Amino acid sequence: MLGEGILKGLAETAKNFFLSYVSAERMTTVEYPEQRIAPIEAARVFPFLVYDGADWAAGLRCVSCQICEKECPPKCIYIEKSKDKKPDALGKPQFYPARFDIDISVCMSCQICVEVCPFEAIKMDTVYELSTTDRFGGLLLDREQLAKPNAYYNEIHPTEAAKVDARLAAEKAKANAKANAAAAAATGGV
Amino acid sequence: MITTLDQIFVLLQHWLVSFLPAWLQPAASVLLSVVVIVCLFPALFALTTVFERKGLARIQNRLGPNRTGPFGFLQPIADGIKSLTKEDIVPSTADAAVHFLAPIVLVVAVFMGFAILPMGRNMVLVDMDAGLLFFFAMGASTELSVFMAGWSSRNKYSLLGAMRAVAQMISYEVPLLMSSVAVVMITGSLSLTKIVEAQDHYTWGFPHWYIFTPWGFAGFVMYAISATAETNRSPFDLPEGESELVAGYHTEYSGFKFALFFLGEYLAMFSISGVGTTLFLGGWSAPFSWLGWVPSWIWFFSKMFLSIFVFIWLRGTLPRLRQDQLMNFAWKFVLPLTLLNLMVTALWRFLGEGWERWVYCSAILLVAYVGMGLLGMRRGNLGPRRYRYAE
Repeated sequence: MLGEGILKGLAETAKNFFLSYVSAERMTTVEYPEQRIAPIEAARVFPFLVYDGADWAAGLRCVSCQICEKECPPKCIYIEKSKDKKPDALGKPQFYPARFDIDISVCMSCQICVEVCPFEAIKMDTVYELSTTDRFGGLLLDREQLAKPNAYYNEIHPTEAAKVDARLAAEKAKANAKANAAAAAATGGV
Repeated sequence: MITTLDQIFVLLQHWLVSFLPAWLQPAASVLLSVVVIVCLFPALFALTTVFERKGLARIQNRLGPNRTGPFGFLQPIADGIKSLTKEDIVPSTADAAVHFLAPIVLVVAVFMGFAILPMGRNMVLVDMDAGLLFFFAMGASTELSVFMAGWSSRNKYSLLGAMRAVAQMISYEVPLLMSSVAVVMITGSLSLTKIVEAQDHYTWGFPHWYIFTPWGFAGFVMYAISATAETNRSPFDLPEGESELVAGYHTEYSGFKFALFFLGEYLAMFSISGVGTTLFLGGWSAPFSWLGWVPSWIWFFSKMFLSIFVFIWLRGTLPRLRQDQLMNFAWKFVLPLTLLNLMVTALWRFLGEGWERWVYCSAILLVAYVGMGLLGMRRGNLGPRRYRYAE
């Protein structure tokens, strides 16, 4: 009959109205600044640079190969290669970034830099409260602001970081074995 | 004591005016009532906006505004400050004079409607003999201001919104009037105070409100539908359909002028609810004879707020109609039924006291409603619609 649907709809909304005062699970609102939902592991906001050890300047995994700079679709990464080399985690002399800037006002959080990086040096961060009163300088992050320890990476993306750590450890063990073998061969030869 | 409480505002007014010289008293007492009306209803409007937002939020299982003040009840003050401090933009090609006048004309016309509303026993500003006629005349002049706003803005959305608004308001003005005429036929008076007095008597403790008669019930339902359309409320909010028209006729208004449009809309809702209450729900009379000790103005305002709550409930439930559905509904369904209702009212009047008139009148109206509903559903005018392209 005409009007039946309207009555059904009215009953439904009345039910919503009254039950919202009774049942807590109906109300799904999270009142943000006071309440927060637990961070989600797969979340990604802007990239950061991973370093090993205690000193960020010495432990940066980045070797300044500039692949991420070239692949970045909005061109928000700026890298200046160092003139000298210093040993990386495996003890091999490598270049390091003399400057590494990411303009997060331009970054579109696509994660392409992370995917192309052969050195596991750049990863996605989960910090999202980045508002600033200075929209130029405040949103241009330099090397020091971007550098975060591996422990932090393990904390925000545990599964992913465990895999990366395992792979790096295997690589390091292989390199060590090779070096040991070479050393043994060298000593055996003499 | 009970009479004092019932007449407290009237007594207060007399007391305040008694300090003035005699020749000033009539003018002062009118001015006092006007000031009270002009302050009271905007305050109720502010309350209603926050209640509406909270109610709609609850209907959608949300929280609604809760940041400003306790439970968010200071939200209207924040909104008011915001609209006062915003820049007042007038488009460079707009007709500046008409653009400026439109919101004022709207608010003035709407306020005039409150003049004849009996808000309690002896609480009416002007007890006009043709009160109902005056109300509908004032209601009709809001259409002018809507069209002024739309035309003077020189914006296609404003103009389309205004044209929709005028088409809709004129279409629904007819059933609105026709459904009220039934009440006038029975009461024999256009004066709203007489209409309330006609309903203010009881049998076995139950009131003789017109909604409790077959023709009154049908008339009330059709009055409510037409009133919703007349005040551009959802589901008849096509003139402001933001998905297709930005904001309709007030697209080019900002700051306080926009706030005036907003105010005008809500005040129209109050006055039309007040008149509906007076016509069908017994105005300021109590719902049971043993509740007669409660002051009459409390009954009027609680009935009015009940109607406002239904408006909000409908807004939270129904989706917006399309223009052709709106017109079909007005001209092919509501108008014929109101015309039939006039006949039924006449029949009711001439069948006299007795049970026959209840049976005959109810049967005619019920058969007409079901029959017209079935017919309309079959034609696809009113019922659910199938879209070839959206299957």
